[in-house]
Amino acid sequence: MSTVAIEQKNRIHPHKFTLWVGIGSILMMFAGLTSAYIVKRNQANWVTFNLPMAFWYSTAIILLSSLTLFMASKAFKERAMSRYRSLMAGTLALGILFIVLQVLGFRELWNIGVTLTANVSYSFLYIIVGLHAAHVIGGIVALVVMSLKAFSIKSRSYSIVPVELMSTYWHFVDILWIYLLIFLLMIR
Amino acid sequence: MSSVATLSNADIQGVHDSAHHEHHHHETFVSKYIFSQDHKMIAKQFLITGMIWAMIGGLFSVLFRLQLGYPDTTFPWLENVLGHWAKGGKIHPEFYYALVTMHGTVLVFFVLTAGLSGTFANFLIPLQIGARDMASPMLNMLSYWFFFTASIIMISSLFVQTGPASGGWTIYPPLSALGDASMGSKIGMDLWLVSMAMFIVSSLLGGLNYITTILNMRTKGMSMTRMPLTIWALFFTAVLGVLSFPVLLSGAILLLFDRNLGTSFFLSDIVVAGKILPNEGGSAILFQHLFWFLGHPEVYIILLPAMGMSSEILSVNSRKPIFGYMAMVGSLFAITILAFLVWAHHMFVTGLNPFLGSVFVLLTLLIAVPSAIKVFNWLTTLWRGNIRFTPGMLFALGFVSLFISGGLTGIFLGNSSLDIHLHDTYFVVAHFHIVMGVASFFGMFAGIYHWYPKMFGRYLNNTLAYIHFWVTIIGAYLIFWPMHYEGLAGMPRRYYDFSNWESFKMFGGLNEFISLVAMIVFAVQLLFVFNYFYSMFKGRKVTTQNPWESNTLEWTTPINPGHGNWVGEIPEVHRWPYDYNKDNREFIPQTEPVGEDESKH
Repeated sequence: MSTVAIEQKNRIHPHKFTLWVGIGSILMMFAGLTSAYIVKRNQANWVTFNLPMAFWYSTAIILLSSLTLFMASKAFKERAMSRYRSLMAGTLALGILFIVLQVLGFRELWNIGVTLTANVSYSFLYIIVGLHAAHVIGGIVALVVMSLKAFSIKSRSYSIVPVELMSTYWHFVDILWIYLLIFLLMIR
Repeated sequence: MSSVATLSNADIQGVHDSAHHEHHHHETFVSKYIFSQDHKMIAKQFLITGMIWAMIGGLFSVLFRLQLGYPDTTFPWLENVLGHWAKGGKIHPEFYYALVTMHGTVLVFFVLTAGLSGTFANFLIPLQIGARDMASPMLNMLSYWFFFTASIIMISSLFVQTGPASGGWTIYPPLSALGDASMGSKIGMDLWLVSMAMFIVSSLLGGLNYITTILNMRTKGMSMTRMPLTIWALFFTAVLGVLSFPVLLSGAILLLFDRNLGTSFFLSDIVVAGKILPNEGGSAILFQHLFWFLGHPEVYIILLPAMGMSSEILSVNSRKPIFGYMAMVGSLFAITILAFLVWAHHMFVTGLNPFLGSVFVLLTLLIAVPSAIKVFNWLTTLWRGNIRFTPGMLFALGFVSLFISGGLTGIFLGNSSLDIHLHDTYFVVAHFHIVMGVASFFGMFAGIYHWYPKMFGRYLNNTLAYIHFWVTIIGAYLIFWPMHYEGLAGMPRRYYDFSNWESFKMFGGLNEFISLVAMIVFAVQLLFVFNYFYSMFKGRKVTTQNPWESNTLEWTTPINPGHGNWVGEIPEVHRWPYDYNKDNREFIPQTEPVGEDESKH
C-alpha cells in the first residue's frame, strides 16, 4: 500500500511539494477568513453592496496573466528564450496592472462611502481582498527576480523547476481570486 | 519494491549533491554556528533558544506563585528587581496578569512548540529517515530566524512602560482589542500580535519542510511503515501546524485591524470608562472560534512529539519491539483528525448552542479512544521488558504516568455539563498543566537525555539527571494534584488574591505549599540547564557509535556527524526499527538485510 504512495511521491520535486503544502496552508487562512465572514453575515448589522467595475477588469487581467505565464513556461520548455523573456515581462506587467486595478476599485468604493470601518461587512472585504493582493504582490516580487534572471547575461539556467514553481503559485493566486470573487458575489 | 527504492535513492542524491559537496568547504564561524543551514545546528539553536525561554517563562511562574502563596507578605527585593511593577515589594495586580499571560504564551508557543518540535523535528527527521538535510535548508534556516525575531519582539514587550500583553494567553477581545481597557492592552498587545505573526511564519516554514522531507527524502528501503514512531509523530505535528496556524494568523490580523484601524470584527456595543465606543456589529465569540481552531490542535502540536519520542525511547530501553506499531500510527492519525473537530469544548460556557455543545462533547470524548490505545501500547511495550533505567527512559516513563493522570481529568472537562462547574477553575489549570505542559516537558527531557550523545558526542551527567527526574516528577504531582481539589471547590484561575474570599481562605496553606514546591522544581530545572552546558564541554565522551544499542539510522552516522550526516553513501534500510530481542539477538539495526532463516515480524 505504502509502496505505491512512495513511487508517486518521489516523482515530484521536493520544492514543488513544499509549495503545494504551502498552498494548503494559505488556503486554510482564507478558509478561516471566509468562514468568519459567513458566521458574521448571519448576525446583525450586515450590509450588502456591489463590487466595483475595476474588480471585473482585474479579473480579466489576472486570467490573461495566467495565460501568458503558461505560454512562457511552454516557451522555456522549447528553449525559445527570447519568447520566454518577453512573455515573462508581459506577465509581470499584467500582475502589476492587476494590483493597480484593485487599488482603483477600492478607491471607487471608498468614494461612495464603503470605507474600511463604516461597517463590518466592508471591513471583511478590505481584509480578504487585501490579503489576496498581498499574496499577488509576493508573486510579483518572484516574477521580478525571475525576469531579471531571464534578462541577465551572466546566469544561464535551464532548470525547469523555478519556472514550474512560479507557474503553480501564480495560477494558484489566480484561482484563489476567482474563488474569492464568486464567494463575495454569492454570499453577501 | 526495489525499482521504487532505486528511484527514491537517485532522487535524494540529485537533490543533495550540493549539500554533499558543501561540507568539504571551509566553514566560517558565522556559517557554522549562526546562519547555519545544517539541520543539526538549527535544531540546537531552537533548543537553546527554547531553554532560555523556558527559564524566563518558569521564572514568571515563580514570581506569580510568590503572590499566590504569600499574599500578605511583602518582598522588598522584588522592588529592586522589578521597579514599579512591585512597589513596596508586592507584585502589582496588572503585572500579575502580565506574568500569567506571558507564562502561558512563552511556555505554549516559544518553549513547547518551537523548543520541542522545532528542535526534534529538525534534529531527528533527516537523521532517522536517512537524508543529508531538510528538503530546503534555506527555508529551515529562515524558520529559525523568524522564531528568533519573534523572540526579540516578545522580549522587548517586557520592557515597555505599560508592560506586556496581560489579557491571558488566549488574548480574548474585547479586552485585548481596546487599548484603554487595561495596561497590558496597549503597545504590549501590539507587540504580542506582531511577535506571534512572526512565530506563525516560522512554524509554517518549519512545518512545510518537515512534511516535504518526510514524504520525499527517505532513504532507499525506508517505506512509510518502516519509519520510527518519532517521525510519524513529528509528521502529524507538522500537518496540524500547517493547517491550523494560518487560521490563528487570520484571527491575529483581524485583531490588529480592530486595535489600530478602527474596524469592528470583534467589537460591539462597548462602554469603556464611561465612554460609549462607536464599534458595532462585531462578535467577540468569533475570535474564540478562530483562536481555538488553532488553540486546540496546538495542544496536540505540543503533545505529539512527546508521544513519538517516548514511544521510541520506551521501546529501545525495554529492549522490546513497540507493541502495536500500526495501532500507534493509526491513533496518531485519529488524534490529528479529531484535533480539528473539538475546538468548541473550550467554549462550552460562552453561550454556545447546547445542541452544538453536545456534538463537541461526543467528539471530545472520542479522543479518549486513540489516547487509551497509546497508553495500552506503551504499557504492553514495557510489560516483561528488560528495562534499562537511563535518564531518558525515566522521563519517558514519567511522560506515560503524567499522560494518564492528566488525560483522565480531560474526560471530566470534556463534558459540557460538568464544565459549567469546572470551567475557569484550578481544575482546568491542573488538567492542562499535567497532560500538556509537564507531560510534554517530560517528553522533551526524555528526548534531550536520549539524543544528547548524538547532538554533542558527550553524555549528560547521570547523577544530576536522576536528581532532576525525581524532584521534577514528585514536584509536578505535588504542585498540580492539590489544584484539582481547589478547582472542585470552585477556586477560580487567574485571580490575584484568594484571601478575601471566605470559601477559599482554607486553601491558604495549600497555596503556600504549592508555591514552595514550584520554587524547588524551578531550581532543579536550573540544575538541568547547568548539566546541559557543563556536559557540552566536560561531559563523558561517547566512544561507541551506538551507545544505546538502538536500531534507528541516526546511530549509523559518525559520533560527531558533519553537514551531510553520513560519510559516503546513505545506508539502505531493510527492516522496521523495532527488532529488539528477535531470534535471540538483542537488537538488529534497520540497515541489516533480512536473513534467509529469519522469522517474519
